[in-house]
Amino acid sequence: MSRSLKKGPFINYKLEKKILEMAASGKKKVIKTWARNSMISPDFVGQTVAVHNGNKFIPVYITENMVGHRLGEFAPTRTYRGHKTRKGK
Amino acid sequence: MARIAGVDIPDNKRGEISLTYIYGIGKSSSQDILEKANVDKNIKVKEWTDGQKGVIRNIIVNDYTIEGELRSEKQMNIKRLRDIGCYRGIRHRVGMPVRGQKTKNNSKTRKLRRVN
Repeated sequence: MSRSLKKGPFINYKLEKKILEMAASGKKKVIKTWARNSMISPDFVGQTVAVHNGNKFIPVYITENMVGHRLGEFAPTRTYRGHKTRKGK
Repeated sequence: MARIAGVDIPDNKRGEISLTYIYGIGKSSSQDILEKANVDKNIKVKEWTDGQKGVIRNIIVNDYTIEGELRSEKQMNIKRLRDIGCYRGIRHRVGMPVRGQKTKNNSKTRKLRRVN
């Protein structure tokens, strides 16, 4: 089910403020965040955000194509290394 | 055999059904097309006049993405997801269900290794 349009996109307020500050100052620094549910707004493009995956921070460089997705989509929370392969089948 | 939209040749079935042989046109869009073209949907394709065929052709070419174009559009959408490395893209890459389905059992369409 998609979000009601009336509400507009959810962008974590504090994170947005930080990113806008960064963009204004022109400095490139990785911003750590836990706000996995925050939508990526067009202002984020070109920044690197370190998204928490429950264990550590995954650096995500944000490109234009990512706008509209949420930060958490880029930091997988599960590790899956595959099953053992059975031989001779 | 009528030739509509490049390679497609549906024939002596009712127009409504026949148009669905084109990739990207299902029953409801086929009904829409015939309604727009003012052709009875129950008439068989072989009874269409050349004029009617022309009108239908025009509607399809102008208003619908079909066949190769549609296929490549779908591929592009998937490719975009793969390239940005988001969760859905990763699922596409490893060939697992993309929309959060359970994978404890079932999901065989996506999970089985393709033979042949």
